[in-house]
Amino acid sequence: MKARIRKLATFLEETQEEMGQTINPPTRRAAAVAVIENPCAGKYKEDLSDLITIGEELGELLAQRAVAALGVSGTAVESYGKAAAVGENGEIEHAAAILHPKLGTPVRRVLGKGAALIPSSKKRGGMGVVLDVPLGHKDAAYVRSHFDGMEVRINDAPRANEIMVAVAVTDSGRPLARVGGLTKDQIKGEDGLR
Amino acid sequence: MPEVQVRKKLTMVEEIFHEGGPISSKPLRRAAALAVIHNPFAERYVEDIAGFMDDLKPLGLEMAKSLIAALGGDPKTVEGFGKGAIVGSAGELEHGALWHVPGGYAMRQLLGDAKAIVASTKKVGGPGTRLDVPVTHINASYVRSHFDAMEVGVTDAPRSSEIVLVLVMTSGPRIHARVGGLKASEIKGEDGLR
Repeated sequence: MKARIRKLATFLEETQEEMGQTINPPTRRAAAVAVIENPCAGKYKEDLSDLITIGEELGELLAQRAVAALGVSGTAVESYGKAAAVGENGEIEHAAAILHPKLGTPVRRVLGKGAALIPSSKKRGGMGVVLDVPLGHKDAAYVRSHFDGMEVRINDAPRANEIMVAVAVTDSGRPLARVGGLTKDQIKGEDGLR
Repeated sequence: MPEVQVRKKLTMVEEIFHEGGPISSKPLRRAAALAVIHNPFAERYVEDIAGFMDDLKPLGLEMAKSLIAALGGDPKTVEGFGKGAIVGSAGELEHGALWHVPGGYAMRQLLGDAKAIVASTKKVGGPGTRLDVPVTHINASYVRSHFDAMEVGVTDAPRSSEIVLVLVMTSGPRIHARVGGLKASEIKGEDGLR
């Protein structure tokens, strides 16, 4: 493995009740996060191919861990998202190199499908910075009930020369979704949008 | 006594491979189980609250079981533990103290004859409040390598009439523990201290 991992974390959230309404079955979402050394920290590097390779490795590892935390098969995952936080000695482009070129393919392999764009966010920050991982339906980006976000945070990451990378998955939409729009049973699943 | 009403659960697992030193062949795992429950005593002073400790016992057991599962499933791999509570703004600190007995009892019961007192902390706070849950060795409080803490919190909890209950278990010493003191191998295991 090219990535030098200091720490892996998983978060599993289950909502059983919201505003007095019982949520049955509960909505569940999970995130897997890796804290890795940033091989490009502290200097300007034109070629970011090391980070692109790391993104591919982490796509598989984090998708597997997140799905395992959720305790369902990959194909049962309904929505997904990804995000990265770069420590202060790195640049935002390092997060882009990890997230965009190659991370998605292994994620979709773990899930069986995934026609939609994987929504993403990125930032630079210090230890304890909060990542809001955006979530969207994996086969049709316009499914309104599945627009969501999951907050992840690790108190001691990222250090200055580190990057924190997160992949989040769910088996459901928002707990009390009721603002209309495209529903998941209307998905055509051809263009990743509807 | 009122029924325990759970709104949300969160499980956090960290696997630590190194912290700048040699990569450990046996990564340290730390896990936290959090449950967001309704505070049945919020918004008024209730003198008689102690009976709620019994009501919390099944939830404590469920959380302790989920932690052992998160650490691999074998209770023998658990070497450290801790517990804590965050009480929402319409409650009082004393409501957090209700967690001492059921939280501690659950972990002891599942970890065999764990002898040490369960380190704990609690506070009153708003949604997103972070809690540093202290961790010590399960059989001897003075084992220096196992003094640790895990920071936990839930973005949207506790709401004013809620309590966040927390249990933490760890699989071993700090990843680069090297400041001496009583070692785990030197435990006498008589008084829970040494």
